[in-house]
Formats: sequence, C-alpha cells, structure tokens
Amino acid sequence: MRDGAAFSDPARERMMFARRLLVTAVATLLLTIVLVVRYFDLQISRYEDFATQSNNNRVLVRPVAPSRGLIYDRNSKLIADNRPSYNLTIVPERSVDLDKLLADLGDVISISERDIERFRKRLKQRRPFEKTSLRFNLSEEERAVLAVNGHRLVGAQTSARLKRFYPDGELFAHVVGYVGRINERESQTIETVNYRGTDSIGKIGLEKFYEQQLLGEVGSEQVETNALGRVTRVLDKTGAVSGNNLTLHLDSNLQQVGHEAFKDKRGALVAIEIESGGVLAMISAPSYDPNLFVSGISQKNYDGLLYSLDRPLFDRAIRGQYPPGSTIKPMFGLIGLQHNVVTPRYKINDNGYFYFKGIERPWRDHNFARGGHGEGVDLAKAIIESCNIYFYGLGIKTGIDLLSDYGAQFGLGATTGIDLPGEKRGIMPNRAWKKGARGQSWFNGDTINTSIGQGFMLATPLQLAVMSARIASRGEVRTPQLVKAINGQDQPVLKGDKDITISDKHWDYVHRAMEDVVHSNRGTARSISRGLSYKIAGKTGTAQAISIDAEDKYDSTKIAERQWDHALFIAFAPADDPKIAIGLIVENGEHGGSAAAPIARSVIDAYMQSNSSTAVAER
Amino acid sequence: MHRNDFVRQLSSPGGDRRPSRIMHIDIPLLLILIALCSIGLAVLYSASAESIFYVKRQATFMVIGLFAMIVIAQFQPRLWERWSIFIYLCGLLSLVAVLFFGVGAKGAQRWLDLGVTRFQPSELMKIAVPMTLASYLGKRHMPPRFKHVTIGVIATLIPVLLVARQPDLGTSLIIFSSGFFALFLAGLGKRYLLSTALLAMAAVPTLWFYVMYDYQKQRVLTLLSPEQDKLGAGWNIMQSTTAIGSGGLSGKGWTEGTQSQLNFLPESHTDFIIAVLAEEFGLIGVLGMLVLYLLLIGRCMIIALNAQSMFGRIMAGTISLTFFVYIFVNMGMVSGILPVVGAPLPFISYGGTAIVTLFLGFGILMAISTEPKRI
Repeated sequence: MRDGAAFSDPARERMMFARRLLVTAVATLLLTIVLVVRYFDLQISRYEDFATQSNNNRVLVRPVAPSRGLIYDRNSKLIADNRPSYNLTIVPERSVDLDKLLADLGDVISISERDIERFRKRLKQRRPFEKTSLRFNLSEEERAVLAVNGHRLVGAQTSARLKRFYPDGELFAHVVGYVGRINERESQTIETVNYRGTDSIGKIGLEKFYEQQLLGEVGSEQVETNALGRVTRVLDKTGAVSGNNLTLHLDSNLQQVGHEAFKDKRGALVAIEIESGGVLAMISAPSYDPNLFVSGISQKNYDGLLYSLDRPLFDRAIRGQYPPGSTIKPMFGLIGLQHNVVTPRYKINDNGYFYFKGIERPWRDHNFARGGHGEGVDLAKAIIESCNIYFYGLGIKTGIDLLSDYGAQFGLGATTGIDLPGEKRGIMPNRAWKKGARGQSWFNGDTINTSIGQGFMLATPLQLAVMSARIASRGEVRTPQLVKAINGQDQPVLKGDKDITISDKHWDYVHRAMEDVVHSNRGTARSISRGLSYKIAGKTGTAQAISIDAEDKYDSTKIAERQWDHALFIAFAPADDPKIAIGLIVENGEHGGSAAAPIARSVIDAYMQSNSSTAVAER
Repeated sequence: MHRNDFVRQLSSPGGDRRPSRIMHIDIPLLLILIALCSIGLAVLYSASAESIFYVKRQATFMVIGLFAMIVIAQFQPRLWERWSIFIYLCGLLSLVAVLFFGVGAKGAQRWLDLGVTRFQPSELMKIAVPMTLASYLGKRHMPPRFKHVTIGVIATLIPVLLVARQPDLGTSLIIFSSGFFALFLAGLGKRYLLSTALLAMAAVPTLWFYVMYDYQKQRVLTLLSPEQDKLGAGWNIMQSTTAIGSGGLSGKGWTEGTQSQLNFLPESHTDFIIAVLAEEFGLIGVLGMLVLYLLLIGRCMIIALNAQSMFGRIMAGTISLTFFVYIFVNMGMVSGILPVVGAPLPFISYGGTAIVTLFLGFGILMAISTEPKRI
C-alpha cells in the first residue's frame, strides 16, 4: 500500500504543499480583485445610470397571460371555454395600511371573513410586490363602485383575466376535468416562468393530461410606473402565445344521451369508435359541476361532494374497478376455440352444479335452483344464455396461463394508455400476480372463479369497452384516445404492436353468438332488440358487490340496495360491420340485461342515427 | 480501529492546555463564522420582505450547524481520515438511489425521502469527495503517481456525473472543483495540469452539445444577451445589476433597498441575496463582506499549513478553496459575469441543508486545527 513511503520526506512534502497553497492563495486574491473591479464598475463608475434607472423610471416587466387552449368535441362544439372575469387584487407594499385598506374595501363591496382569511393565506406564498387576489368574479356594479372610490383605495385594483368556463356543466366533468388555482405543492414542481401570468393549472382529466399543450406561452410587457406603482406607459411588448386547442373524439350528443340514461343511477359507460380507438362517449355517474372548482370551491360544497355516498368526484370510467363477470365469456370462448379446448360441436349437460375433483363443495350456475341450463349446452348457448358451468370446464381445461395471456392482449390487467391521468390497471390474475399480491400459489379453484370473471378479476369500464372493441374488430389492437386533433392537426391512430391472432371462423362464431344474446329469444339481452333497425352484438354480466356465501341464495329483497349486484354489458354495432363498441356498468343494477343493456342501446341508437344522417348529408 | 479515535486525552503532558484547545474550538474561525451568520440573518430579514419566519428558520439551521460543527471537531482528524471511504461509498450509493427513487422539484431529482426528513446526497458528496481524496492521496507520497491520479480522478468524476444527471450543474461543479483542488494540493504534476487545461477546453463543446439541457444552455446564452429572456434568468440579471449599481458607495440603508424589492427579484432571499446587500449597504458593504470571507479563507489556509498530517493539509486546503468557489460563482453570476447556475452565497443565502453542510466542513477544519502536535 504505502509504496514509496520509505522515500517520503515530510519536510520536503510540507514545503511542496506550502508552495501549492501559496499559488492558490494568489489565485484567490486575483479572482477577488476581479469581483471587486466588477462591483466597483457597477456601483461607482456606473452608479449614476443605475441610480436613475432605479429612482425615476421604475421600469417593470409584467407577464402577459396567454389564453388557455380551448377544447371542442368532434363536431366542433365548444366544451371548455375562456371567459373574462374580474378580480380584486392587492399589492400590500403599495398600500399605506393593509388592515385599513381591507376595512375600507369592506365598506364599498362585500368581503367575507373567509375571503380575508384566504387572502392572508395567499399572501404568504407570493413574491414581494406581486398582486394577490382578494375577491373573484366581481360584478359590474362592484367594479363601478371600486372605480369611483379608487382614490382612497391605494394598493387595490381590479384586474381582468380569462377564466375557464365549462358550458355543459357536469356533462364532461370527469373527462375534461377542471383547472384550479396552483397550490403550494404544484408550485414546487412547475417551471415558474411559464406560469407568471396565470394562477390556474389543470388539476385532473384532460386539463391535467394536456396541461403543456393547453397552457400556451407567457408574454411580457415592459411598463413604466409612477411612485404609486400605477402604469404610466407601456414601453415594449412581447405577445403571449395561446395554448393549443384540442378537438376530441367525444360526441356531445352521445355523451348527453348516455348521461340522461344514467339519471339517478351510479355507474359508468365508455363508447369507442372501433376503427380509430377514439372515445365517443365517456360517462361516470353521478357527476358534478367542474365550474365550482375554477376559482376555488367553498368548503361546504366540497365536503358535500367529497362525503356524498354516491361519490360524484370518483371517475368510475377509468378508476372504478369491478369484477367483469360474464362479459368476459365471449373472450374466453374465443381462446377455447383457438386452442382447441372446445369446438362448436362440443356440448355439456348443465344441471346447475359443477364438481371439481378433490373439492367437496360444488360451483353453481346462477339458475341452479331451476336445474341449470339443461342438456346440449354448446358454446353459443353458453354465451347466449350465460351458462357458468360450461365456462368452469372451459376455463379449467384452458388453464390460467392462456386465459391471462389473452386477457392481457384484450386489454385487461394493465392500463389501456388512454390520454387521461390516474387510470387504474384492474386485475387479470395469474400465477405470478397471486404470488406477488397474496404470496400464495395458484389453485384450480382460482381458475374456476376467473373463468366467469369473478374471483380476483377486476376491470374498469374503459377496459370493458376496449375488450369489446377488440372483439368487434377481430383482434385489431387500438389504444383508446380522447384527443382527435391538436390545433386542427389530426393525431395518429395508436395501433398496437401486434394484433390478436384468432382464426376468422372463431370470430364469426362468437360474433354470431353475441348477436344472438340480443336477437335470439333465449338471449339475456333480448329485451333491447325490440324495434331495432340494425343489429347489436353484446354480452351481459353480473358482478357481486358483496360476497355471498355459496350456501346462501342471492336474494335482493334481503339486502340493502347498495349491496345489490352490479349490472354490466358490453356491446358493438352494427353486428355485421362494427363501428362502435361499448362497455358499461350500472352499480347495484342487478341484471345486465334489464339495467345495463338499455343504456347501451340508447347510446348506440344515437350513434347510428347521427351517422346515417351524416351519410345522407354526404350524399 | 484505534482506541484513541473516540477517547481523547484531556491533557497531554506539555500539551496546549488553553480551554479552546481542550474544547477543540478554533476561536478565530468561530468568531468569523458567527459574524458572517449575523450579517446573513440581517440581510435575509430585508430580502424576505421583513419576514421573521424565514429568519427564524435560517437561525435554527445555523444553530444546528454550529452545534454539529463543534461535535465534529471533537473527533480526531485520523477518524475522519479512516472513515472517509465509507462515507464516500454511502454517498455514492444514495446518489444512485436518487436516480431511481429520488423525489424532486422543477424537473430535477435531488432528494431521497427518508420519511421523517428529506436528504440530499449531493450535499454530502461536497464533503465526502475532498475527504476521501485527501485521505487517499495523503497516504501516498508527493507528487502522486499516475495510478493515484487516475484513481483520484475517477473517484471525483463518478459523483460529478451522477449529480450532473439530476440535473444539478451547480453542485456538480463544486464537487468537481473540490476533487481538482485536492489533487492540485497533493502536488499534481505540471503535465497533468496542462493536459487538464486542454481537456477542459475540449470538453466545452462536448458538454454543450451532448450533456447540457436546453434550459442550461439558455442560461449561458442569457449571460451574453440578458434582454432575450425578460421573464426568466435574463430578467434576474438585469434587475440584480441595477440593484447592485444603484446601491452606490454606501447603499440605501437597511430594508430601504427599493430596487431589489420593487421589481420582484424572485430569488432575492436565496441565490440573488447579494444584490440586496449591495443595494442596501453599497460597495462598502460588499467589500466588508469580502474581507470577512477572505479572513475566513485565510484562517483556513493557516490551519492547512499547520496541520499535523498530509490528510489534514489537503482537507483543510480543499475546503477553503471550495468555499471560495461558492463565493466567486455566486457573486459573479449575480453581477452578470458568470452564467446563472444554482449557487447560494455561503451563510447569507436562505437554505438549510447548504448551511449545515458548510458547518460540517468547518467542523472537520476545527478538528484539524486543534489536533495535538505530534513530536
């Protein structure tokens, strides 16, 4: 280690170190002289210039706020607008006595205790000599009174700015989201220069996801002010650049129809344009008015929304995770066919019970009390009448590895990649997942539960719609997207790396069966076929909201409404040339066929109607 | 490990028995530090628009720092010499951890969230790098051979690159210069110095095109023409030079500096605080502070000269030189002769972690300064 230590000479090393240190000391002094010269130059040689600049012309650079990008639906209907709004702002440094000023202001317009409390809170976060808002949304009358009394209200001024406005209120709340005032945490993470002109930032939804696009670029103007800080003239101006406008795939009309269909219900619906993956409608019910949040929601309103049993703030469409129930049967059927686990000719007898070797207690069908679905149940019948026993067997023979592998390809168990923040993954369980999440091995019983979309399995309504679209398009993988165009420039369709490989004849078979779910007289969704001028293919589902012991029969009269089963439905139409795919859930709706399917029909009807009318118009 | 590392003899026969020696406190160093801290608090009060909140927080950190310094001074330099490699490795590990689990602000990822508190490993490296190098090179003979130089350079560059990636160019430069100073003081040969200079020149275009982020380039461009970037860094420079210049010889008086406050200088209580001092206390104030800084550095250099071991010499020398780099970079950037990098003015700018780190460094200096003489 100590190589050469024998030759080291402490005295010589000391001298060497001293020489080196001397060199650095001289360098330090020289650089200090550079600093002294610079400060001498600024403070003595050019003192007059700077002193004049500082005292006579108080030249300020003020930010010019850009206007936030607008958001349109696919038919150019405006769904997020900017409207002028007038605020009362105060620069405390310019007031003689802040408390007196607040009292004086209170004499001329109404200022609540709460306004003052919030104002004082905001004061702590601002920079010196920055305008701080006291009151928002001044009425015309209030502005007039303030203008008349301006002379005795030094330090206060009204300032106009554009404020976000959502004309449709709660219709698009969960999708578009809202902007709100930048909070302390956000101010830590943003590039402050870009936000000099504004105090708003996208909080959730598209407003958050596309914040960088919507924000725009802040401009600046150089102004001269008098001693009181009032602007006397503008010297120079660099314009602000407006944010980019977004055009969505959403169709206000479909959104409206769906929204009304969910009146007094809880649940969510997502409709997807199959070819592009564009989201045509996305509803989470109940909803709320996003305008409440724009200039600060009152605690009372906020608590009302937050603690409501219906959870209106919760975006069920992308964050609600439900057992998909029987809606996954067509997909599992396709896997069984593709891997020769079953064939169209394969039939079973269903007496309502399914026994698995080594397990004493049987799995049951939903109609076990009536003796099951009887003899000769093939795959088509199992889908049309939603026979569980058939799928228990199919699932066990296919095995969880294949089921989960395909499930992932159909969009389950992972975020879909939609352009919204906070999407949930759902769960497509498999061996690795259970080991990681539960620390347990996979059992055959787990596979049996999974094969009817129960057990560990969870999916969001968006994932159901994506699955439905991928079935409808015969395995074409598209990432669902809300934004169709940015500033008029169409965004590319996001295609998956590879499509799902399943033979055409199997797609034909399952499509046919799904069509019969709606159009045959045994189908679980036959109630919506009345008066249809086109064909819908679909699949109903029911998911338990609470777990019911296998020994007990589910009886809705005995349990509270909020514990009733969830009703699900996936669909696409027209059945022979699919254009639109839907996934939806009605919380505690009990039956997919009666509660969920009619909502899907009304949305699809609206879609078919508007499309046929455009077709006519084009002709 | 030596038993002596922790147990120190209270009185050695014939040793220095002044109370300051027994307490291991270097009185001149302590007095200068307290003077600087007091000035810092006074300027901060004015720069933060007379906010007691900031002053209280800053004072708390100063007290913590002072305490930590005195605690550190109680251990023999030999202990730091021996443990430096472990501290260095821990710092390196946490820098890597920052890459993966770090939390951050404004696009930079600098902190590790330890639950109770946030920890910034790059701050630790400011001390760990010179300490490790001093310990490593101090054991080798002078001037260092090629192998030792290579190891020293690598030990410096790894943390420098990791910190630059966060990205935190200011701190990365400080760590780099501390490594360089350690090598230089250890007697780095002239041909190495020459090749370093050449390498540095070659590195500039590489850094510009491949390493620096757009906003960092923007800051350099801003230096050349501040008018281009009126709302960002350019605005700061225009305002800070005006504030400094309008201070004149004797300044406008404490808390009377209209310019630095009227024209919202956004970093007035942190990186740009010298502008407030210059405006309110004038050139006299600036020179006074520079004199204090030079006294501090001078005292540190004397400690370096008198140190008992090569480790002590290199460590003390490096800390004092790095300290000057802080001052030069900050005062240069605020007065518009250097690009804007995040560099606080030691003991004056607001910022808790930086202050504590500074005190830790001076704690080691005190330990070196009060080490009993070996005969």
